[in-house]
Amino acid sequence: MRRSGIFYLNLGFTLLVCAFLIVPVFLSIKAGVTENFFQGVKSGLTLRWVGEVWELYADTIYLSLLISITCLIADLLIGVPAAYVLAKKSGRTARIIEETLVLPIAIPGLAIALALIITYGGFRDFRTSWLFILVGHVLYTLPFMVRSVLAVLSSFDFKTLEEGAASLGASFWQRFFTVILPNCRSGILAGSLMVVTLSVGEFNLTWMLHTPLTKTLPVGLADSYASMRLEVASAYTLVFMVMILPLLIALQLYGQPREVGHGKPATPGSRASS
Amino acid sequence: MNQSTQSIDIRLIECAKTFSDGTRALEPLTLQIEAGETVVLLGPSGCGKTTTLRIIAGLESPDPGGQVLFGQDDVTNQPIERRNVGMVFQSYALFPNMSVEQNIAYGLTVRKMANDEKARRVAEMLDMMQITELAGRRIDQLSGGQRQRVALARAIAVRPRVLLLDEPLTALDALLRERLRVEIDQLLRELGITAVYVTHDQNEAMALGDRIVVMDKGMVAQTGTPQDIYYKPSNAFVADFIGTINRLRGTANKGMLQTAGGKLPWSGPDAGDIEVLFRPEDATIVALDAAELRGHVVASYFLGDRTKVLLDGIGEQTVVVETADRRQFAKGAEIGLIIKPDALMTLE
Ligand SMILES: Nc1ncnc2c1ncn2[C@@H]1O[C@H](COP(=O)(O)OP(=O)(O)OP(=O)(O)O)[C@@H](O)[C@H]1O
Ligand SMILES: [Mg+2]
Repeated sequence: MRRSGIFYLNLGFTLLVCAFLIVPVFLSIKAGVTENFFQGVKSGLTLRWVGEVWELYADTIYLSLLISITCLIADLLIGVPAAYVLAKKSGRTARIIEETLVLPIAIPGLAIALALIITYGGFRDFRTSWLFILVGHVLYTLPFMVRSVLAVLSSFDFKTLEEGAASLGASFWQRFFTVILPNCRSGILAGSLMVVTLSVGEFNLTWMLHTPLTKTLPVGLADSYASMRLEVASAYTLVFMVMILPLLIALQLYGQPREVGHGKPATPGSRASS
Repeated sequence: MNQSTQSIDIRLIECAKTFSDGTRALEPLTLQIEAGETVVLLGPSGCGKTTTLRIIAGLESPDPGGQVLFGQDDVTNQPIERRNVGMVFQSYALFPNMSVEQNIAYGLTVRKMANDEKARRVAEMLDMMQITELAGRRIDQLSGGQRQRVALARAIAVRPRVLLLDEPLTALDALLRERLRVEIDQLLRELGITAVYVTHDQNEAMALGDRIVVMDKGMVAQTGTPQDIYYKPSNAFVADFIGTINRLRGTANKGMLQTAGGKLPWSGPDAGDIEVLFRPEDATIVALDAAELRGHVVASYFLGDRTKVLLDGIGEQTVVVETADRRQFAKGAEIGLIIKPDALMTLE
């Protein structure tokens, strides 16, 4: 098929927009690995700045990892059962709770942070520990986990599956672990990627909740932009991107909770794609 | 097939069901199902068939006062997982996260059966349902008929005390439905298991049931063998719901019944005004001078093996007859009928 002029016009425009967005990223990465930003690449390439970032900010990287992993665990322990209960109950109360759970998405992170500080700021030990940030992250990310699991639960008739399992003698916990959870896998995976990505990259709320001793990576980034050499800040950005990009790509790949294999029966003989 | 569990009888005693939203799904229902018997619950949509089945299964509990007995066992307060029932759902309810084999083995796995014995039992089930070659397939790689076979195998693998089937064939096309119906019939007879089968399809009910329970608006309209239900309907609902029925009004006097369409021999008692019923297949189209009843053709439908003819002038409603005669029925033509003398029914 011959492509029309319009097509090439569109393609050109799309590439232009992409370039507009991507070029600064490359320039920033380049700045992170050049000896001297003002002299440009001819001053030589180096990993010195990355090393310096590691010395200065390793603790923020560890803290970000720690918080995102514990946040994920908390979301799994709270969010998955919560989604199951919400999907199972049909009453008005369940719908109201469902809506309330989604509310934090609409509320800016700053508001959540402020509410937390007003409520719990007085407990000094808690206020100054990383757990304070963790609570904020859990509040912020939990709705994403619940939503994701709810979506997959509504894509198949899990109540009948459970009744089938019960008729075969399975107790509640056997049903939950052998039938419900495995069939929610795609939703749990999507929710988990979402939660970790959001937690690692979260700035607004964390900036409000952090103390000088509890800085996460994005907070450290802001700090380095304000007070460090441009090369260090750029190298730091590079480190951040190395961490967050795989997550974003995974999110693109697995972020859509897939329908549980429960659709129309295949016609005899034909094999559905696997 | 060595069914180690003895089949048992089921008794429902005064089981009513009112849902939390106030829907009255069942009036107090008492029902006895003999050991090894196949009982079909038949009735129009919303009459309470599924609710009855779910009460037997333990997925719903009857309103206070109701009782469910399995043999000598009062299971009213037992949840489904302790009742040892096999259940087959209209939507199959197979686990998409497991293979065919794992689905069939599920009930055995939760019972912690030893692996070699489990493998033997699963192989036996696969063989019995003729799906051995599907053992490793995923559920979404199966056709509807194959899925239903797996569902049956899974339900009977645990050797349940009773087998409960809720419209298991409704989702299949007509041909497959027919074939699986025959298979299920053979299976139930072979197993000798007590079975309750829910359907709204009367042909299925007639073919499968030792007894049929016809339900209407949460109540039992009639219980009986398929022959009883068909030839001796005990009320107008059953008569109309099962098959096609013709109604005639007349006066009975000295062995004859005088109707609008003519005179019929009558063996019942005399009566001033009486309604009699007959099935289309019990009327024969004959020459006018030999006819007992005469009417005019309203419409006729050629069905291949027979022709269905609608007549007026005989009863208050159109009378339907069927004939294998290879002839045309012109609209308005006068037609004569005789009716088998023992085919006339009355409702009490
Ligand atoms: N969970 C429920 N809550 C409220 N009402 C219900 C519930 N389940 C069933 N009903 C109502 O109870 C009545 C009987 O329902 P049931 O499912 O037993 O009918 P059925 O005979 O199986 O019909 P069908 O042939 O359509 O499956 C219906 O009016 C139905 O709307
Ligand atoms: Mg039903």
